[in-house]
Amino acid sequence: MNDMTRVERAVDSKAIKIAANKVQVYYGDTHAIKDVDVQIEDKTVTAFIGPSGCGKSTFLRCLNRMNDTIDICRVEGDILLDGEDIYDKRVDPVQLRAKVGMVFQKPNPFPKSIYDNVAYGPRIHGLAKNKAELDEIVEKSLRRGAIWDEVKDRLDAPGTGLSGGQQQRLCIARAVATEPEVLLMDEPCSALDPIATAQVEELIDELRSRYSVVIVTHSMQQAARVSQKTAFFHLGNLVEFGETGQIFTNPEDPRTESYITGRIG
Amino acid sequence: MALSWLLIILLALAVIGFFTGRSRALASAGGDARDLHSLPSYYGYNVALTALVPAIGVLIVWLLAQPVFVNSTVTGMIPDSAIPEGSDRGLIMSEVRRVADGLEGAVAAGALTQAQAQDANADIAQLTQTLKDAGQVLTQDITQPILVAAQTYRSMTGTGSVAMQVIVLAVALLGAAFAYIRTHKEFRARNVVEQGVLALLLLAASIAILTTVGIVLSMLFETMNFFQLHSWKDFFFGSTWAPNFRGGSELSILPLLWGTLYISLIALLVAVPIGLFAAIYLSEYASGATRSIAKPLLEILAGIPTIVYGLFALLTVGPALVSMFGEGGAFGVGWMASSNAVLTAGLVMGIMLIPFVSSLSDDIINAVPQSMRDGSLGLGATHSETVRQVVLPAALPGIVGAILLAASRAIGETMIVVMAAGAIAKFSGNPFEAMTTITTRIVSQLTGDTDFASPETLVAFALGLTLFIITLGLNIFALYIVRKYREQYE
Repeated sequence: MNDMTRVERAVDSKAIKIAANKVQVYYGDTHAIKDVDVQIEDKTVTAFIGPSGCGKSTFLRCLNRMNDTIDICRVEGDILLDGEDIYDKRVDPVQLRAKVGMVFQKPNPFPKSIYDNVAYGPRIHGLAKNKAELDEIVEKSLRRGAIWDEVKDRLDAPGTGLSGGQQQRLCIARAVATEPEVLLMDEPCSALDPIATAQVEELIDELRSRYSVVIVTHSMQQAARVSQKTAFFHLGNLVEFGETGQIFTNPEDPRTESYITGRIG
Repeated sequence: MALSWLLIILLALAVIGFFTGRSRALASAGGDARDLHSLPSYYGYNVALTALVPAIGVLIVWLLAQPVFVNSTVTGMIPDSAIPEGSDRGLIMSEVRRVADGLEGAVAAGALTQAQAQDANADIAQLTQTLKDAGQVLTQDITQPILVAAQTYRSMTGTGSVAMQVIVLAVALLGAAFAYIRTHKEFRARNVVEQGVLALLLLAASIAILTTVGIVLSMLFETMNFFQLHSWKDFFFGSTWAPNFRGGSELSILPLLWGTLYISLIALLVAVPIGLFAAIYLSEYASGATRSIAKPLLEILAGIPTIVYGLFALLTVGPALVSMFGEGGAFGVGWMASSNAVLTAGLVMGIMLIPFVSSLSDDIINAVPQSMRDGSLGLGATHSETVRQVVLPAALPGIVGAILLAASRAIGETMIVVMAAGAIAKFSGNPFEAMTTITTRIVSQLTGDTDFASPETLVAFALGLTLFIITLGLNIFALYIVRKYREQYE
């Protein structure tokens, strides 16, 4: 599955969806992210790689202001979504999170039925006028999450009763249901077995046709398989950012080379 | 020899055993502790425990069994003719015990010689006078059968306690000697001590459980006595509570149960919303600093004695309610005549229950995984939407458990209702009227000068047992729900 050709073929110039300039993140006195500049393109999969504790998840959580829920966390610098600063006072973080969806490391379906899990976002944001429309949104989202065929006969069953891989695809369907423009994925496959991982990776590749996807991963093979752009983080710095094929075959920075060849990390 | 001396001797024996055992172990290893199987002190503990534990076990069993044995023997000696009209064997036996104690006391004080106290043909009138002069408590004049019984009682008790001391000391010495002889460097003293510790813990646990069983059994026997004197149909299905100490009482639990449940309901209506909202604030919204101050403050409420809540109800809440709902009150409705009312007791009991509900719910809400909240917030839900639609449904079984525990606490509460609810047993839906509860009636049936043979007194045990069964059922149900919920996220 490691076909660089497909990855290279997919790279062409696209609109910039998210632009981050000189982003600094502090946890109390700890300087967790230092001077990060990244441009995330629309309809592209961007992978963040790097050793544990390098700040890639922290940076990801800045993109939909999930770090706001942590009291001691402070963010400086600009992050522009479609040219608008998401840390501007006028931006409502709650609305922002509807536009920038998130899938977490561990599948976290709510203790509700499969249907209610997917309908949760649309109900909160009032996306459906009536039950029929809601049914339609739920079906469409479950299809996009590539799980419709497995659950269509048991939409009333609890979401927590599914297998790990199914749960994660349910969570992706749940995130897709609010019609986000960007989908953030924080190590979405780290709790899954290889078969479920393959299914989710295939799904990520399909999601690229509609969304801008940002994925944090510990698996370099995974980054190479699913992403078109890759950013390498180390000790809170963005070391290198470029096309995935470039990063994995001909990295510019010696630290990147050491990491992808397994000497640090 | 008094019991305390026996215990002191046993302890001294154990201490001596400890040191001799330790030194014998060390000697067997040639003074090098590294050659021993266990640390030297384990050999000491082994000797001490082997001396102490069986001896104390024998002591406890003897102390429990001897009075029962002596009582049954002496009771059999009293002829039926010696029991006067209107009395029974139990009363005579307590008189026998008093006389026996009196003789013992008089001998100790020097008013009687040992031979005089044991003389079965002593002049009864003179003996009575001697005992009274010696300051011993006698309620009536001694009769011949009582004197004989008392003398037997005294001699049996005396012989018994001498035999007990001898046997207990012998057991202790044998134990110490046995352990001392076994002490050798190869002996696994550490493992033996381990089993001794286990036995100790087991003993503590079984005392706790046996006490519960004992309480239930004693209530059960008294309740059975009650149902022999009073019809169970009236108790469970009657409609009137009208105890009358001259007989012919109507003793139905239903009006009391109604009052109990009504007051508890009002208490829960107060405690559940306030406690739950406080828990949500503390666990979801409050910062760490606020939480560390507010939570202990809230839990102070749980530490206030209920009698203080009762005073608060009587002196503050009751009059305040009357000034609002009473004749000429703020609302001008004149519904409330006295400060003793269901509402007063319910409100104050509700305040008492707030920390129960909030503290338990807080723990349960905290147990909901953070990933649930992240998932909801990540979909663009606000904080309160997340709490309402994800956190609370996930925590619901546990919260229900907390509420049930609070309910069983409310049903069993006594002091607040004694002081604030009134004493009238009736079926009424009016919260401004006085009503009464099961616990209040138990208190009033048992206080004062009562004899424990009339249905009016024994009904307290039937009430208590019913109450116990209700709260036990609620607690078991609540724990079942809480436990079932805990398994969900582990």
